[in-house]
Amino acid sequence: MKKYSLYLVAILGSVLFLSGCGDQNGKASSNGALASNNAEKVYVAPGEHDEFYAFMSGGYSGNVAVYGLPSGRMFKEIPVFSQFPTNGYGYSEETKPMLETSFGFIPADDSHHPDISQTNGELDGRWLFINGNNTPRIARIDLKTFETAEIIEVPNSAGNHSSSYITENSEYVVAGTRFSVPIPQRDMPIKDYKGNFKGALSFISVEPETGSMDIKFQLIMPGFNYDLSHPGRGKSHGWFFFTTYNTEEANSLLEVNASQNDKDFIAAVNWKKIEEYVENGGGTMVPANYTHNVYSDETHSATSTMKKEVLTVDPTKVPGAIFFMPTPKSPHGVDVNPTGDYIVGNGKLSADLTVFSFDKMIAAIDGKKFDGEAYGLPILKFEDVLAGQVKSGGLGPLHTEFDGQGNAYTTFFISSEVVKWKVGTWEVIDRKPTFYSVGHCMIPGGNSRKPFGKYLVSMNKITKDRYLPTGPELEHSAQLYDISGDKMELIYDFPTHGEPHYAAAIPASILAPKSQKIYKLAENEHPFATKNVSDARIVHDGNEVHVYMAMIRSHFTPDNIEGIKVGDKVYFHITNHEQDFDVPHGFMMIGQKNSGLLIMPGQTKTSVWEPKQEGVWPFYCTDFCSALHQEMQGYVRVSPAKSNIDLSWSLGE
Amino acid sequence: MKRASIIMIVGALCLLGLFAFPLWNIMLGAPQYPDPLGMNIHITGIQGVSEFDLQNIDGLNHYIGMKTIPKADEMWEFNVFPIVIIGMVLLGVLLGILGYLGKIDYRYFLGWFLLMSILGIMGMYDFNLWLTDYGSNLDPHAIIKVINEDGTPMTYKPPLFGYKKLLNFDVSSIPATGAWLMFVGMALTVVAFLVGWKSTGSHSSHQNHKLATS
Ligand SMILES: [Cu+2]
Repeated sequence: MKKYSLYLVAILGSVLFLSGCGDQNGKASSNGALASNNAEKVYVAPGEHDEFYAFMSGGYSGNVAVYGLPSGRMFKEIPVFSQFPTNGYGYSEETKPMLETSFGFIPADDSHHPDISQTNGELDGRWLFINGNNTPRIARIDLKTFETAEIIEVPNSAGNHSSSYITENSEYVVAGTRFSVPIPQRDMPIKDYKGNFKGALSFISVEPETGSMDIKFQLIMPGFNYDLSHPGRGKSHGWFFFTTYNTEEANSLLEVNASQNDKDFIAAVNWKKIEEYVENGGGTMVPANYTHNVYSDETHSATSTMKKEVLTVDPTKVPGAIFFMPTPKSPHGVDVNPTGDYIVGNGKLSADLTVFSFDKMIAAIDGKKFDGEAYGLPILKFEDVLAGQVKSGGLGPLHTEFDGQGNAYTTFFISSEVVKWKVGTWEVIDRKPTFYSVGHCMIPGGNSRKPFGKYLVSMNKITKDRYLPTGPELEHSAQLYDISGDKMELIYDFPTHGEPHYAAAIPASILAPKSQKIYKLAENEHPFATKNVSDARIVHDGNEVHVYMAMIRSHFTPDNIEGIKVGDKVYFHITNHEQDFDVPHGFMMIGQKNSGLLIMPGQTKTSVWEPKQEGVWPFYCTDFCSALHQEMQGYVRVSPAKSNIDLSWSLGE
Repeated sequence: MKRASIIMIVGALCLLGLFAFPLWNIMLGAPQYPDPLGMNIHITGIQGVSEFDLQNIDGLNHYIGMKTIPKADEMWEFNVFPIVIIGMVLLGVLLGILGYLGKIDYRYFLGWFLLMSILGIMGMYDFNLWLTDYGSNLDPHAIIKVINEDGTPMTYKPPLFGYKKLLNFDVSSIPATGAWLMFVGMALTVVAFLVGWKSTGSHSSHQNHKLATS
C-alpha cells in the first residue's frame, strides 16, 4: 500500500520525505477500538441527516456532485457544463441554450473550483459558482433549487483555471486565465509568444439581489500562466491574489522551460482601485464575442444572448493597483487565512511553504521598495513581504485551508499527505498520509472568514487499492479527516465522481430550510405550458406539431394521438401537474433521439421527436411514480407523409 | 347578575373565533408522507394545512374512488353554518345585555347553552354523515378495491374524533382552535348561568335567614 508513494519518492530522491514521514502507517488507525470509534463518527443513522453539504467539482464530468458530510453519501449530481441524460439537461429544448458558447453548442467541460456566495465574509448559501476550465465559462448554481441558473462565457481567456473564487460580499467572482493567448485572438507564430501573448483576469460582478453575472472588467496581464487565486478578506478585502507560473514565457516543453526561474510570482491585485478606475471611465471597450446564458424558474427555460464587447484594463494605466510578490518554485495554490493577514503561496516544486504578510506587503508598497518590474508592473522584494516559511518536510505543496482556530492544513501531492501547521509560528503540528496524490483539501467554510473546522476532506487523484477493483479506472477518492482534536484522524474514505478538483461545503442548517420543494404550477410562465388539463391540445404548424401535454399520477393527457405524419417534427411540451415534493414524472418516446425528460412538479419541459416510420408508437413515464406507474403510457399513430388523417387526440375515450 | 351577564356576553363572543380558526383538523400520515397531509375544516370551507395538501389528498383518493374534497360552494353547510354562528353570537350578546339591564334572569343563559348544544350536536351529526358518505360512497370504477375480512368493501371514513388506521395511513381527527374557543365560550355561558344563579340564590338565602330570625 505504501509502495506507490515510496516509489515516487525514490524517483525524486527525496530524503526529506523519508525522514519526515518514514514512520507513517496509514492503516494503524483502522484497528480495534479506534476504528469503531471512527465508524461512529461517520455513521448517519437511517432517517437522520448529514451535518454538511459538500459540493465537489466533477472535473471532466463538467458537473458538480453534492455529498453529505460526514457520511460521504452522494445526494445529487448537478449538471452544469455537460448534457445530463438523467433529466434532459442540455437535451431538452429549454436547457439547450445553457450550453451555447461563441464556439457553438459545447456539452462538455472541465469543472474545477466551486465557491459558495458570501456576505460579510461568511457563507450565505445563496449561490454556488464554478468555472468551466476548457471553454472558459463561469456558472452560477441556485442553491434553492440546486439547478444551474446562469452561465457566462469569458472571452480573451483560455484554461479558465484561477477561478471561480468570490470576494467577501460576493461583489465579484473572478475568472483568471491559465493559458496566455493572443488578445485579440489572431493567426501568429507560436514562437513569438513572449511579449505578445497576454493573460486576462476577468472580474465578473454579481448582482446582489438576483446573482446575475456580468463581466465588469478584464485586466490584460503579462503572458504568464495564472494558476490559482484567492480573495483577500478582512483587512485584505479589496485585494485578489493570483499565483503564476511560466514567468519565463516559454511556449514549448513547459515542464522544463517553465521551471527555470527559481521564483515565479503571486500577483496582488487591488481590485477596488481598478473598480474605481473603471467607474471613472477608465479602460477600453473592445469587441468580443461571448455568450450569456440565463435560466428562468418562471418560464422554466434558458435564453442565450451573445455579448459583443468587453471592457479591458491595461494594468500599467492604474498605478498602485498591481504588484508581484516573488514566490519560490512554481507556486500553485494561493490561500488567504480567515483573518486576511497572511497569503500562503505553495511552490509545487518546493518543500517549503511561503507565507506573505499583508501588512508587510502594504508597508513595502507604501515605502516603494521595489525590486525591479515586469512589463511595467512593480516587483516587491521577497524578504520585505515574507512573514515566514513553513519547513514542512513534505514535497509538492499544493493547497492550504484553515480551521478558524489558527491552524492551516496543506496538501502535498508528491509526498501524498496533509500537513497541519500553526499560522504565525509556522511550526508543523501534525501530518497524515493520503491515499494517494492529494490535490485540494477542503474544510467547510474554509474559503471564508468563518471556517467550520470540524472536518477536512482531501481530494485524491489516484485511488489504487482503496476500493474493490472495477476495471482499469477507479473513481477518485476523497478522504475525511476529523480535525477537531490536536491530531488529525482519518475516519473515512469514499469514491467521488469524475475528477474532483476542489469542493466547498456549508452546514446543512443554512441550506436545508431554504430548499425549494416544488415549482408552483400557478407561477409557471413557460410559453408552452399546459396549466389546465382542459388546455391539453395539439397544434399543427407546417410540418411542426406542438403537443401540449399534462401529466399527473398516473396518466398523460392526452394519451392517444393520431394524425402525425412521417417527416413531422413533433414537440412534446409536457407539464407536470403534481404539487407534491419529490414527485417528478419522466417521459420517453420510442425513437426519441435526444434524451428522455425528467419533469419536476409544476415544471414544463420539451422534447423533440421526428418520426421516420409509419406505425403506432408508445411513450411512457420513466420515473416510478405510483402503483399505476406502469399504466402511465400512451400511443402516437404515425401515418404516411401524404395521408389525410386529421390531427386528433384523446384521453379516456 | 351584572357579572354573570358580562360572562355571558364574553362567552357568546368566543364563538366568533370560528371565523378566524378552523373548527376541526384531520391529518393523514404515511411512510411516504413524513410531513403528513392535512385538512382544516372551517365553518366557511375546507382548507389544506399546507398549500397543496387538498390537491394531494384528492390525488391519493382517486385511486380508491373517493370524491374530491368539496369546495365551499359545493356544500350548503358552508353557507348555513356561518349564519347560525352569527345568529347565536347575536342572541347570546342580546341575552347578556338584557340580563345586565335586569330585563331577564339567568335561566335564559342556560337556555342559550342548551340551544347551542342541540345545534352543535346536529352539526356533528351532519359532519359525520358527510364523512360517512365521503368515505364509503366510492366510484365503482375505482382502481383499488379493498375487501374487509367479512367480505364487505372497505370504507375510508375518517374518524369523527380520534385516531384510525386506514390502509397505510394514520388518520387523526380532532377539534381545532375554533372548536376549542367555541367550547370555552359555551362553558362560559354555563358559568354565567351558575354565577347568575348563585348571586340571586345567595341573595334569597340571606332573605330566608332574615325571615327565620325575625
Ligand atoms: Cu409517472
